[in-house]
Amino acid sequence: MNETLKQRIVGATVITALAAIFVPMLFDDPVSEADNYTSELSLPQEPENDMQPLLDSIPKTANEVLSRPAPVQIDLQAETIKKAFYVATTGRPGPVVVDVPKDITDPAIKVPYHYPDKITMRSYQPTMKGHSGQIKRAVDLLLSAKKPMIYAGGGVVLGNASEELRTFVRHLGYPITSTLMALGAYPASDDLNIGMLGMHGTYESNMAMHDCDVLIAIGARFDDRVTGKIAEFCPDAQIIHIDIDPSSISKNITVDIPIVGDVGGVLQEMNHILTTGKKQTQKKDIEAWWKTINAWRSKECLSYDKNSDKIKPQAAIELVHELTNGDAYVTSDVGQHQMWAAQYYGFDKPNRWINSGGLGTMGFGLPAAMGVQLAYPEETVVCITGEGSIQMCIQELSTCLQYGLPIKIIALNNRYLGMVRQWQEFFYKERYSHSYMESLPDFVKLAESYGHVGIRIEDPADLRSGLEKAFALKDRLVFVDIVTDQTENVYPMIAAGMAHNEMHMSPHAKLPQDPERELS
Amino acid sequence: MRHIISILIENEAGALSRVVGLFSARAYNIESLTVAPTEDPSLSRITIVAIGTDRIIEQITKQLNKLVDVVKLLDLSEGPHIEREMVLVKVKAATMAQREDIKRLADIFRGHIIDVTTSTYTIELTGSGKKVDSFIEALAEHKILETVRSGVSGIARGEKILHV
Repeated sequence: MNETLKQRIVGATVITALAAIFVPMLFDDPVSEADNYTSELSLPQEPENDMQPLLDSIPKTANEVLSRPAPVQIDLQAETIKKAFYVATTGRPGPVVVDVPKDITDPAIKVPYHYPDKITMRSYQPTMKGHSGQIKRAVDLLLSAKKPMIYAGGGVVLGNASEELRTFVRHLGYPITSTLMALGAYPASDDLNIGMLGMHGTYESNMAMHDCDVLIAIGARFDDRVTGKIAEFCPDAQIIHIDIDPSSISKNITVDIPIVGDVGGVLQEMNHILTTGKKQTQKKDIEAWWKTINAWRSKECLSYDKNSDKIKPQAAIELVHELTNGDAYVTSDVGQHQMWAAQYYGFDKPNRWINSGGLGTMGFGLPAAMGVQLAYPEETVVCITGEGSIQMCIQELSTCLQYGLPIKIIALNNRYLGMVRQWQEFFYKERYSHSYMESLPDFVKLAESYGHVGIRIEDPADLRSGLEKAFALKDRLVFVDIVTDQTENVYPMIAAGMAHNEMHMSPHAKLPQDPERELS
Repeated sequence: MRHIISILIENEAGALSRVVGLFSARAYNIESLTVAPTEDPSLSRITIVAIGTDRIIEQITKQLNKLVDVVKLLDLSEGPHIEREMVLVKVKAATMAQREDIKRLADIFRGHIIDVTTSTYTIELTGSGKKVDSFIEALAEHKILETVRSGVSGIARGEKILHV
């Protein structure tokens, strides 16, 4: 990712991160569990108004520039800004808050200052290079595996290690699964990719996780949405974990071979050993493993009803993929639409999927799309959202007009907070409490009143023409309000706290039910 | 298990609050915490006594290390170390018998009486946390008016040091 984009995205993320405190979270995902960006930096002085508790609770660092400008202090401020960018973009990247008191912006005060080119901080020195001995052990273990699994996380994307990952996976020929945050790090269309894992992961990925004997986690943090029941997570596997953040290692799952370092560098070193070493993979066992996996695959867990007289959200996402040649920058909010986008868009490139992940922030999609569109004015930016999520930051439609951001908003409108409704259907005896929306605005009129284009699609027959029309309007923001099937659920689903091999399957997934039995 | 964690941290406003915030946000228990600047005025040293399983302590040390203000960290309980805590106890000493008994106890524990009134003694005592506990227990039959414990300070034995 280039530096400018990084800085812009960091900017956008700070705002959303702050918003995240006030915006209602996805009900079942407390912020403290997310643990994304919780380290902080010092505050040189008491802030004017007490913003600190708010700041402390989210960003990677909170930092305040000194007030009362004097030459020395201005230099300190310049250093603080430098530090802020340094901390935000290195190690495990994350937002930094710099709180600048108003008095230092006084134009009457002019003082010379020096903006440092380079900065070193004795208290912040992320480990970049992985331990060679550990890397060798890891490669040996990988080559001895009979049922290996590669589990890639968002760190691969953040670490720009997608190329290294591709070389690594193709050299080994092992199955790869990825987390929500890693979509695109390895091409979805590649045969070795068996799809996302976890709560709404594919049947084959979750079954393979459960049965594997060696697991390598690359830049992933074993989030609860990925692990499910900790006690039954990869019960037979020896686990290798590469991560730049030592506190991620053995936090939720105890690992056998930890490697602290930048994923790109570590993968390069592994690739070097793999290409120059003599040892080979266990070809026969791997073939048998693929046979098992392909049997799971034949269940086609992502099948859905294609003959429905209602618009199926999955079909809408697949069509968005087709019309954007799978090459759009896609942002999303939180909920069913997010999971469908993850499952059906099929990302082939990294940095194409911009998501709040574990922070679970409804309202993230539109501001994030704005940041991306600003960074890439010529590219297609799609915000896949729901009628609930989009209303969290709907006022940004005004900013979009002001800056001429031709984002395509695809709202999958099912008149429900769909993921909440789905949980209430599955786990709360269909007691639909506060998840229905009977008071929705007319989104077409709303978009028009903000000076944009609004399109409403209600009939499956109009889906293609409506979306084509939206994407043809290259220089306008188009709000596409797609009225989808209210009853559709996200499948497969592992209920919270269950094991990987205990999935709710779509009624449209294919028989045979038990590929294990079929194989034997 | 009880662990004594020593931390060198940037001596800046807010640094301590981040350390403490980390404990409260993650619901880790702190038994005691002491903090003061070191011989290098840009650094403070914090000693934290925390109780938890190895897994929790490992997470605590990793999370503390992750704080941008934290320069160095050492779990003293991993090796031989010395811990000291100071206590100030104000105790009722009105009768002759009370005064003699308290004086004797203070001597046995190598404490010092540092303030005297007609009805009270104030005793200063330094030692390990356990010694301080025993002293307070020994005073049980007297009326303790106030105790002030400093919390534990610790240092590694031998040549091992915690430095930048």
